Amino acid sequence: MPKFEFPTSILSRPVYGVLEARAGHQHLMIADAEGAEAILDIATPDLMAKTHIIYIPKGTDFADELRALNPAQFYQGPSYAASVSRIQRVLQDAAMGLQLYLAGTEGLMGQVQSEAMKAGIPHTAIQTEHRGSTARRMQCVHCKGITEDVATDPFQCSHCNLNLFVRDHYSRRIAAYQAVCIDAEDPGYVPAQKGLYE
Amino acid sequence: MSGAEKITVRVTEVTSLNELVTRFRFERLDGALLPTFSGGAHTVVEMKDGDVTRLNPYSLMSDPFDQTAYTISVRRDDEGRGGSLFLHNSVRVGDEMVISNPVNLFSLDLRAKKHLMIAGGIGITPFLAQIKQLDRAHGNWELHYACRSVALGSYVDYLTSTHPNDVNVYYDDQEQAIDLENLYSGQPLGTHVYVCGPKGMINWVRGKAAELGWPREAIHYEEFLAPQPGKPFEVKLAVSNKVIQVGEQESLLEAMERSGVDAPYLCRGGACGMCETRVIDYTGNFIHRDHWLDDEEHSSGEKIMPCVSRFEGKTLVLDR
Repeated sequence: MPKFEFPTSILSRPVYGVLEARAGHQHLMIADAEGAEAILDIATPDLMAKTHIIYIPKGTDFADELRALNPAQFYQGPSYAASVSRIQRVLQDAAMGLQLYLAGTEGLMGQVQSEAMKAGIPHTAIQTEHRGSTARRMQCVHCKGITEDVATDPFQCSHCNLNLFVRDHYSRRIAAYQAVCIDAEDPGYVPAQKGLYE
Repeated sequence: MSGAEKITVRVTEVTSLNELVTRFRFERLDGALLPTFSGGAHTVVEMKDGDVTRLNPYSLMSDPFDQTAYTISVRRDDEGRGGSLFLHNSVRVGDEMVISNPVNLFSLDLRAKKHLMIAGGIGITPFLAQIKQLDRAHGNWELHYACRSVALGSYVDYLTSTHPNDVNVYYDDQEQAIDLENLYSGQPLGTHVYVCGPKGMINWVRGKAAELGWPREAIHYEEFLAPQPGKPFEVKLAVSNKVIQVGEQESLLEAMERSGVDAPYLCRGGACGMCETRVIDYTGNFIHRDHWLDDEEHSSGEKIMPCVSRFEGKTLVLDR
């Protein structure tokens, strides 16, 4: 799958790189969906011997390929919500020198990054590579509710039903972009919905 | 006026700790309280030694919340340019001195889960203030302190009696050394390492951490470079429209100040970046000694840090 080039934007918008193997006694790789391909790209037997992979397939079928890399530990989770307690536990038990690699959707990478920051890893020391869906995790600035996998702009808040437009303004702490009511001054006047980046 | 705000103080105690190290206590002349500071901060002490005015940074070692006095500990350097010798030989209880407001280039990262401190010799001083700050906040820290010998182990007794479980002392003359690799191994996620000491120790601590995959952001170090003497040289200051001579024993920054040019500075030790100056023209070679500019900037011939760096050659024109 070709990699999507995000247009340059404001400073608040996260930018993603390309994973590379780094020095460290322990490697934690967390990915969802097509993020598996970023792990497959850098996997070597030596690296995998020290790697714990946590993978959320989101309907894709990369899990067997990842398992075949023979990592030190492999966990497949049905969703992020189901995997987060494991992620927190692994971070809690980890020692300095742990290398964290995140790949896949922005929502997955952002949420793990937020957990990792709480565990004491500086966000700048976390490697990320975007793969797959460009849908975003959005927070409604009005009701504070989170809507996952938003692919259109504007969209309707899944909590308070306001019509929201998608901003590039991002919170690392909540791992979400901010969404603001688009028809506050003219209720009902909502521009036509289009896909993100269209 | 450049540098941090100035405070006029009186020397209220001079205490010899051992053969090399003396502690000085400063209280405000006007009787008011001093500003609080954060552990790791330094003050720039003005020393009027005959015709020469020296401004040297020293780490504050007193309790950051004690506003009645600041203390510094100074190691005598017989080979240096004379700042420490002046303090040791000429400063007496009752003297008036001028020091700067505290400036911190070595602060604790309070997001850290644990603070791992590594000190060599007189590099212990910033940690004394940081430990007081962390104790008040019930912080998680441990100290590994290497000194030459029992006789030269400044504050070892104080540290080991107040914090017997958190302080580890290593004596060079008993061939004790910090087992760095073991020390790093198994440190919990969120540990930050702080090192203050000789250059070799700083490089060792930083290098080993990088090798073991510690993030750059979790490594903190402080090394004040003293300006080194060198061949005299001439500088044209384009903005001030002056041509000045930099003497063998003074820094470029000091020569500018002597000529009445108000050049910016903060640390005077090549670390903070405040005195960065643009080079307009030059014929010759720079002797860069700072650790503010990167290698590329050093070789570009476009910038100089006048607090520690020098020049050898025919012409140097600066944007100052």
